[in-house]
Formats: sequence, structure tokens, C-alpha cells
Amino acid sequence: MSIFIGAESKVIVQGMTGSEGTKHTKRMLKSGTKVVGGVTPGKGGQVVDIDGTHLPVFNTVQEAMAATGANVSVVFVPPKFAKAAVIDAIDAAMPLVVVITEGIPVHDSAYFYSYSLQKGTTRIIGPNCPGLISPEQSNVGIIPSDITKRGPIGLVSKSGTLTYQMMYELRDIGFSTAVGIGGDPVIGTTHIDCLRAFQDDPETKAIVMIGEIGGDAEERAAAFIKEYVRKPVAGYVAGFTAPEGKTMGHAGAIVSGSSGTAQAKKDALEAAGVKVGQTPSETAQLLRGLLGQ
Amino acid sequence: MDLYEYQARDLFEKHTVPVLQGAVATTADEAERAASAMGGKVVVKAQVKVGGRGKAGGVKLATDAKDAHEKAGAILGMDIKGHTVHKVMIAQAAPIAEEYYVSILLDRSNRTFLVMASVAGGMDIEEVAHTAPEKLAKVPVSAVEGISRAKAAEIVAQAKFPAEVADQVADVLVKLWETFQSEDATLVEVNPLVKTEDGRVIALDGKVTLDDNADFRQPDHEALIDHATTNPLEAAAKEKGLNYVKLDNGQVGIIGNGAGLVMSTLDVVAYAGEKFGGMRPANFLDIGGGASAQVMADGLSIILGDPDVKSVFVNVFGGITACDAVANGIVQALELLGAAATKPIVVRLDGNNVLEGRAILNAANHPLVEQAETMDGAAARAAELAAR
Repeated sequence: MSIFIGAESKVIVQGMTGSEGTKHTKRMLKSGTKVVGGVTPGKGGQVVDIDGTHLPVFNTVQEAMAATGANVSVVFVPPKFAKAAVIDAIDAAMPLVVVITEGIPVHDSAYFYSYSLQKGTTRIIGPNCPGLISPEQSNVGIIPSDITKRGPIGLVSKSGTLTYQMMYELRDIGFSTAVGIGGDPVIGTTHIDCLRAFQDDPETKAIVMIGEIGGDAEERAAAFIKEYVRKPVAGYVAGFTAPEGKTMGHAGAIVSGSSGTAQAKKDALEAAGVKVGQTPSETAQLLRGLLGQ
Repeated sequence: MDLYEYQARDLFEKHTVPVLQGAVATTADEAERAASAMGGKVVVKAQVKVGGRGKAGGVKLATDAKDAHEKAGAILGMDIKGHTVHKVMIAQAAPIAEEYYVSILLDRSNRTFLVMASVAGGMDIEEVAHTAPEKLAKVPVSAVEGISRAKAAEIVAQAKFPAEVADQVADVLVKLWETFQSEDATLVEVNPLVKTEDGRVIALDGKVTLDDNADFRQPDHEALIDHATTNPLEAAAKEKGLNYVKLDNGQVGIIGNGAGLVMSTLDVVAYAGEKFGGMRPANFLDIGGGASAQVMADGLSIILGDPDVKSVFVNVFGGITACDAVANGIVQALELLGAAATKPIVVRLDGNNVLEGRAILNAANHPLVEQAETMDGAAARAAELAAR
């Protein structure tokens, strides 16, 4: 098992004909993902040859779903057109939409997130995220597939490179699914959504949760862990040295006054019984301990 | 980006939110001319992006233009919580009967927008929220639906605004929503929103935060950037398209890929630095996915140009980025920089093509560069070198 995606996932790529879209479609195919087509408004009817795989291009997500049976969409559309692309996917009732695009105005993300709630048929992951991977089954987004193998750890993180780093630290054990939920102020899938799914997933035996400064998602996750999660959790929070009022790379990574600090998040997680490491390596060691390895 | 009060006032005016006349001045003479053009009593207000300026003496009533000259002279150059006052706003004085509060903001926790409104305005709203939460109405606003006239009336009722101002406040809310949405703001706050003695509702002081991600469709926002108070290293980095934040009291320059990993690198350096007399990170610099030689050279030159920096830590995990490309970038960057590169550089590479990357750095054998196997080890070494 895995969460959100699996070997049966059929993926379309919104923005496949753009340079980023093409590059990552290639990588996803190479790692065994069932990519079945792409969507670029105005380019419907074309067929794109990606390393010998011929992929049809559609004008809309609805057409793509009807023709291919796709149940996952991954969005590589530039910020300017991302809102329209995600709304197209929501209107088509695409079950899972993974938005990789960085730099989407928060009014647009807030709009498509609200819209997805109204429709009630689409889960959004991201935006500004690396996507998710269930090693040896499916890889939707830009996470490298050769870092590690399938295994018992579930990982949820706001950050892409910290996801990679943690997968690398624990590469000998392996992962059920690693989800990069994104570093924007408004994201479609939260730590809590992933924690719930990992708790309910029989393949996942332990969870690593990576957070960072800004907002109160980690504090909420801590409360949820206390209430719902029975599997062992190791945690890491980035941004202890971040000054107040400065955005640290991710649009959502900002300490505002006394709220959103790394210390508050660490304290909340520890109070919920999560083992929190000082560094990514230390966190990996704690997780090993929790798994008895 | 946070705006100054006068910039917020201008945006309000653009969207027909009722405001009083206001003008910005950088000298006492300018302030006098503005006050004289306005006529009558004016308020001279320090323009700083920090709260509590009234208590600090940064807001003064002036009886006429000559008095405005004097008051502006006293306020300009003042230090308010570490912010030097470079500009004052000259605003028309208004006889105030009542003070209210309204704001629209991004509510991250609930992933929606939120209106806050209170008839107890004029003071610190966090204090109102704390001491008299029943006086602060909080109403979620859907990004899809926004604030219609009906929604505005609902908010006004919930916050218990007096009947005689209800229509005017509702009107202000609709116009503030228009400002919030069409300017891509994440915060629009009016405190106080006042009722004047003659019964008009006016936005007397405003705070606006704009979403930098929307710059591509907000060409007018460029002009709102205050270059004079931007850190020169940050300005230089921005010009080169680098994601850089200067940190105070740091000695170890940091370059990494990915915002999360770089934030983590800062922490790991501060943690390791405790053993070396409290060495700390001097900056945040994320070179992102494609770490070309030019990007690496630009990043290194910014960091090496920071007199606070004593050593540099380059921390890269190759996901999509290949470590050999990063290593080539470092070697070429050092060639480009030549004699300008003078500080020791600790490099930790891991991930995609790591062996090739390490081999390239070994072969180059640059006297300033040394490699470390792990992130924690590299952080300790960089801190040790900075402490020398």
C-alpha cells in the first residue's frame, strides 16, 4: 500500500508541452509512472514523443480523462496560467491534482482551494511542492526516484530538498510514500491529511514529519497526532535562526511577531510525543530508534 | 512587501475608499509646503514600517504650516524601534467622534480570507482580541465569493456598528475587498476607521501587505519598493535574481539549494557554532534547482563581499541538480572571482552524481576549498574556520 498514489495511478501532465513539463514527464516515465497523456489548451490532438513513448495532448482535463482514464494530474503550468489549469482539473472532477508550480499568487491558490472544497471531488497537493513518490510504484512530480526504495516509512514535508535529504538519510530502510506538501501559505493537502493517511495505511510503520517556520500547521498537526496517530513519529522543524518578518525562500516561511516560530512548533510536537531532532541526521537517527533499527 | 502608511492611503484613494488629504515629505520644508497647500491644522506622521510610533512621539498635531515645519523637523531622523524616520506624511486633521477597526487578511490556518471588525478601534487590535474578544468580529470570506454588499452588511451587523454608520462602513468593506483583491494584498488594515464629528466614515490610518508572487501582474507595485532602506547586499542579490536574506551577527556565509534545506543549514550551523564561540550563519541564500556556474559565481561573490563573513558553507543535495554541475559551478566561480575569493569554503555535496562532483573538486584542488562528507560535519568545520 501507499497513500494518495500507487502502481495503478494513471497520470496526465498539465503543461506537458512546456520545457519543465517535458523534462519531468521524461523523468516520471523513466521511474515507472504510468503517464498517459498531457493537457495544453490549444494543442489538443498533437502527439508528443517522449523517449519513444507517444503521449496524446488534450485541450482540457475532461477530454484527457475521458480518453485515458487518468485519475491523477500533475501541474507544471507557469504561475500566470496555473489558476485556470487547476480549475480545469477541478471542473473535470479529477480526484488528485498535484501542483508543482512555484510562485502562484496566493489569491489564486486560495481561490482554487476554496473552489475544490465547493466541488468536493478533488484533492490538491501543493502548490510550490515537489510532488509525491511511492517508490517502485508511482512518482508524481519532481522527486528523484533513485534515492531510495519501497519500505515502511511515511514522510510528509513542506520542503523539497529536505524531503530528498531525509529519504537519503533513511535510504536503507525505504518509504511507503513521501509527500512534499509545499511551502506556500495556502496549500491543498496539509501535514494532518498525510498523517491521517499514513496512520490508516497498513504498509507504513513509522512517520517522519518535516515542518518549517510560518503559520500554525505544525501545531495543528501536533494536536492531531495526539488524538489520532498511534504509529511512532519523528519530527524536524527548520528555521530556528530565521529573523522575524523575513520570508525565507518559501512564500509561507515567515515568522510574524511571536507566531510561527520553529521553537513553538518543536515544543508542540514534543508535547504530542513526537521525537524531534536538532538536525536532519539526528531526526533520521531518532526514526531508526523508533523502528528498532 | 509591507507598504508605508502614505502608500496605503494612496491605494485606498485609488479604490475610492474614503481618506483624508495626505502628502509625503522627506524634509521639513517639503512638509511646510504640503501643510500650507492643505491649509488649517495637519497631523505630521512618521513613516516607518513598525507599530507604536504614536507612543514613540512619531505623530504630532501641527496648528499651521510653520508648526508643521517644526514638527516634521523633529520627527525626521528620529529612531523608532530601530527604524530611522526618512519620510513623514502630512495629513489633514479631522475632528474624530468615534474610532473603529476593520481589516481583511489571509487566514493561513483556515486557508481562506478573514475580515476582522470592531467598534473598539484606535488601539492595538491584538490587545482587543485578548482583553475583549467579544468586541472583535471575525468573519471568514471565501476567495470565490468575496465581499458583496450583502456580506458587508452581515459583517457590519456582527460587529455591532451603530446604525447611523452601518451603510458607510459596509461601503468601506466592499471597497477594501476590491483593494485587497485587485492589488493582490494579503493584508489590508484600517486602524482607526473613524466617524468624524460631522458623521463621515474615513480611513485614517492603513496598513497594506502585498503578495510578491503577484508582481508579474502588478506592474505598478515595483514603484512602491523603498530601495533606500533595503540592505545593499540584498539589493545586489535581488538584481541577480538570487533568493538572499542577510542575517545579523553571523560569520558563516551559507549557500544551498532549496528553501527548506537552506533554512535547515542555517540552524545546523548555529547549532554546531555553539562549540566555537557562538559562530552563526550570516545569510540565507537559496540558489534553487539549476545551479549553473554563473549562479554559483553570483552567489559566492555576494557572500564573499559581505565583510561579516569569515567562512562559507556550500550545502547541496543533488535532487534534480547534478552534483558534478554544482562542482563545476564552484570551480568556475572561483576562476571568475580570482583574487576576490579570499575566505575558506567548506563544500558538502550529496545525491545525484555525487562521486563525479567530489572528484571534480578534488582535481581542482583549490586552496580555499575543502570537502566534508556530511551536513553536520561540514557545518562544524565551517564554524571552526570562521572562529579562527
